[in-house]
Amino acid sequence: MTTAPSEYIRPGQKLPFLRRVRHHFHEILLTSPSLVWMFVFFILPTIIVFLLTFRPTTITGGIGEGWTLKTWSTISNPNYPAIVWRTIWLSFVATFLCIAISLPCAFALARTSNRWRSILVGLVILPFWTSFLIRVFAWRILLHPEGWVSKVLHQTYSIFGWQFSFLEPETQLLYNVFAVLLVMVYTYLPFAILPLYAAAEKFDFNLIEAGLDLGAKPLHVFLHIFIPGIRAGIFSAVMMVLIPSLGSYVIPDMVGGPNSEMIGSKIYQRAVPDRNLPHASALSALLMLGVLLPPGIGWLIYRKRHIGAVDTDVVAALDAPQKAQNFGNSGGRRRNGVRA
Amino acid sequence: MHSGVLKLTDYLEFDGVTKRFGSLTAVDRVTFGVKKGEFFSLLGPSGCGKTTLLRMVAGFEQPDEGRILLNGVDITRMPPNKRHVNTVFQNYALFPHLTIFENIAFGLRLARLSKEEVAERVHEMLELIQLTGQAHKKPTQISGGQKQRVAIARALVLKPQILLLDEPLAALDLKLRQHMQIELDTIHDKVGITFLYVTHDQGEAMSLSDRIAVMNRGRVEQLDPPARLYEAPRSSFVAAFIGDTNFLEGTVTQLIDSEYCRIEVEDFGSVVCYNDKHIKLGAKVYLSIRPEKMHLTHDKPVNLHDGKVNVFPVTVDQLVYQGAYTRFWVWNGKSKDDCWELSVLQVHSRYLLDQQPILWDQKVWLSWHADDGFMLENYDAKDENLLSYPVTEEGEATSAGADEHPAEADHDNGTV
Amino acid sequence: MKRMDSTSRVVFWTVLLFFYIPIAVLIINSFNVSRFSGTWEGFTLKWYKILFSDSTIWHALGNTLKVAFAATLSAVVLGTLAALALNRYKGRLQSLHYGILYTHLVLPDILMGISLLLFFISIGLEQGLFTVYLAHTTFCISYVAMAVLGRLEDFDRCLLEASQDLGASHWQTFWKVQFPLLLPGIVAGGLLAFTLSIDDFVITFFVSGAGSSTLPVQIYGMIKRSPKLPEINALSTLMMCVTMLAVVASRMMQGRGPKPEAADNKPRPVASRQEGQGGRVLRKN
Repeated sequence: MTTAPSEYIRPGQKLPFLRRVRHHFHEILLTSPSLVWMFVFFILPTIIVFLLTFRPTTITGGIGEGWTLKTWSTISNPNYPAIVWRTIWLSFVATFLCIAISLPCAFALARTSNRWRSILVGLVILPFWTSFLIRVFAWRILLHPEGWVSKVLHQTYSIFGWQFSFLEPETQLLYNVFAVLLVMVYTYLPFAILPLYAAAEKFDFNLIEAGLDLGAKPLHVFLHIFIPGIRAGIFSAVMMVLIPSLGSYVIPDMVGGPNSEMIGSKIYQRAVPDRNLPHASALSALLMLGVLLPPGIGWLIYRKRHIGAVDTDVVAALDAPQKAQNFGNSGGRRRNGVRA
Repeated sequence: MHSGVLKLTDYLEFDGVTKRFGSLTAVDRVTFGVKKGEFFSLLGPSGCGKTTLLRMVAGFEQPDEGRILLNGVDITRMPPNKRHVNTVFQNYALFPHLTIFENIAFGLRLARLSKEEVAERVHEMLELIQLTGQAHKKPTQISGGQKQRVAIARALVLKPQILLLDEPLAALDLKLRQHMQIELDTIHDKVGITFLYVTHDQGEAMSLSDRIAVMNRGRVEQLDPPARLYEAPRSSFVAAFIGDTNFLEGTVTQLIDSEYCRIEVEDFGSVVCYNDKHIKLGAKVYLSIRPEKMHLTHDKPVNLHDGKVNVFPVTVDQLVYQGAYTRFWVWNGKSKDDCWELSVLQVHSRYLLDQQPILWDQKVWLSWHADDGFMLENYDAKDENLLSYPVTEEGEATSAGADEHPAEADHDNGTV
Repeated sequence: MKRMDSTSRVVFWTVLLFFYIPIAVLIINSFNVSRFSGTWEGFTLKWYKILFSDSTIWHALGNTLKVAFAATLSAVVLGTLAALALNRYKGRLQSLHYGILYTHLVLPDILMGISLLLFFISIGLEQGLFTVYLAHTTFCISYVAMAVLGRLEDFDRCLLEASQDLGASHWQTFWKVQFPLLLPGIVAGGLLAFTLSIDDFVITFFVSGAGSSTLPVQIYGMIKRSPKLPEINALSTLMMCVTMLAVVASRMMQGRGPKPEAADNKPRPVASRQEGQGGRVLRKN
């Protein structure tokens, strides 16, 4: 039986012409405010970014007349591939670390009792509601040559000697690739924990017990039963960490040095101090393509499947008759397969 | 314009109503009428179109063809808020942000009644559903049964021309359901409003309704008072869906008199049957015989009704003691693998003290009066799936419930 | 199972520690007499005093609040309308609509910042508070829309039918049934937008001009100029208190209010709500 309200147009349902027009009129009325706004302040600027990459620059930092491919040819200058490569590997390593750390966290969260669970989830979310800038700044203080981490390292060095201290005292903790990676993991970890937890919550933990019962080792069960069981969550966690990682600007800018620049920092550099707008556009266009293409393709595949699934569900629901609670049905008739 | 003859006395009339969802015809040329003040039920398996029909009366769906008339007025295209029709939803649909009082007053306030009148009518309703003390509570604070009563009150307070109830008891547990059935009946008696009740539960429909329309695949299979539906099903679907039954297929070989005929059932025997349909000689017919109308005895019963009782030797295949009665499956035919298997209900007054209980594999006598075998107008072999079968010797349980009940085939093939 | 539980729990608590240590150090240092973070030389409130006497901070705070209020208001209206459209209609237009809102949600901030900057330059709009307002409204719309949409998806559509059945027109149904039930979602979305607007740095950094710095932009400038300035610690501590209060309030709004009746019939996946929250935290850098 259908319970969908009359406003929905079901697949294949044809409304009379006048109602169809009215239907769409309401829809357009309701949709246009946000859609027009997003078009003007999101789609249009995006198009402009792509267009500007074909414009020449002027010495004053403005945008010149005419069209040129010069910007794209300078982009291939040897300096950039190194930055692009660094951006990609840093993002992927950060994503991998985030997922690896989040998996046991999601497991632990899903296994706690309901009462504690919401508190713990809240604890995961809460620090990340404080300003992003401040959290990065906090790491700058921690990792500063006169900060607490340095202090602790110095102490261990002076007490145990260098064998037991994993860093030389003069090691610079800030302004290197490792600081960038550390802060990236710190910043993006909850984006991995939350979707993984959401998936783990729906996971049937009896499967784990069944696995252990059949003699598998815990690690094996974790890798071969738990992880495949929450792969949808892993997929969205990867997206949630990878995309903002690729666009990082503040982290390399604040805790990174000249050898840990990423595309984001370069975009800023070209756009603001250098005032080379076509160049900044070209880098942005590159980043945008890199960020949007993989999930875009994923979404198209997902949507196709999703719509198909919904369709069949509706049909099945409408179609499936059920013989309900008829007390003690019995019957007399020929045995199966008797006469043709 | 559409098929069917409408009686003038009908209060709610469906005239050739058809509703399609894509390729699926949910309601197929339905024509019937509901009388004023009646407790009328639409009964059928889910997917049969009963809820769609109800939603068209409420105005949530528009039929693709046909008309719906209420008190002589065509309401087919009228928006839901203009109809004097109110609905009790399956999941209650109480407004969670309003109190019980405000929920019931919702429609009255929209109708711009005075404050005093609203209060008076709401309290009247609260009394009817015995929830006077709970008026200030929110729907989340009361029980399922109470929510259901509020939903009924909210719909009834507007004094609708017809009250629509969409499986109102489905979400309640068994005890509460039984209690609410009685309460619904009482409310219907008190307010005298026409009730249109949708359910898939035959027990509910049978005990509450004045008349029932049994629906299957978008069509009304039979429209009759409960007793008539049970005692005189017209189609194999109705016979199998309501209660349980046995089907026999045979050919008319002799017209005994104007009332009875003899039917030859292959590998079973010659069956005498009441012939109210004036079936001709040589016609193929289908019989429906209710299990409780048949009897099993050790000794061959003496025919007291001048040949109007059918007597056959059968063998017990299975028996299940079920307290009030025992259910038997007996067979008659060439062999156990090529036979007719019939279900029989026997009520025992003293099961334990019975000196000669009927047991497995015993040869016994099966008998039933010719008047208890009922010829079906429509027969569809698919309806046999609605019946349950005994556990076979291979151990495969064949149960009722028949998940598969293919919708595509038409069910007119077995016409007598 | 026991071993897996305990191992995962150890990891989880270590991660929580990892989350909170930098924040704790920051807060402690804001009360530290020493200018340097590594040594504790006694408790003081002098950094707060210096902070309160800094007029540029007050100016930036004023800017931040102005933008946050204006952007929140616009975003709540536009986002709610968007959510209603997305929920009510399921055509191609809404696929596009949803796609745009969602893409905007996942796109890195720097791309939005640069594209808006280029857009404002192209149309000759001078960068100032107004451009910041436009940018903030744009990114808040998606969040409000998703928050309200989440609430709408939980909404039992039978309630709307029930309302119409009892004689309410579409308009009456909206104001008497749908809107009151949606209000907690709208308020939560608004609080979310407000918090995000106050916190945003990257986009604001690109589109703000001279004199239109918001607090985060001001902080960034302070960090860049004099990296050890303990006033930043003090300011950060204060800002954290404010945002955390807003978050707690927002969560309470989400949890409060009548839940749609549908919850009675079908078990609602609790996780979907959490997932939504993941999405909401998504933008930050």
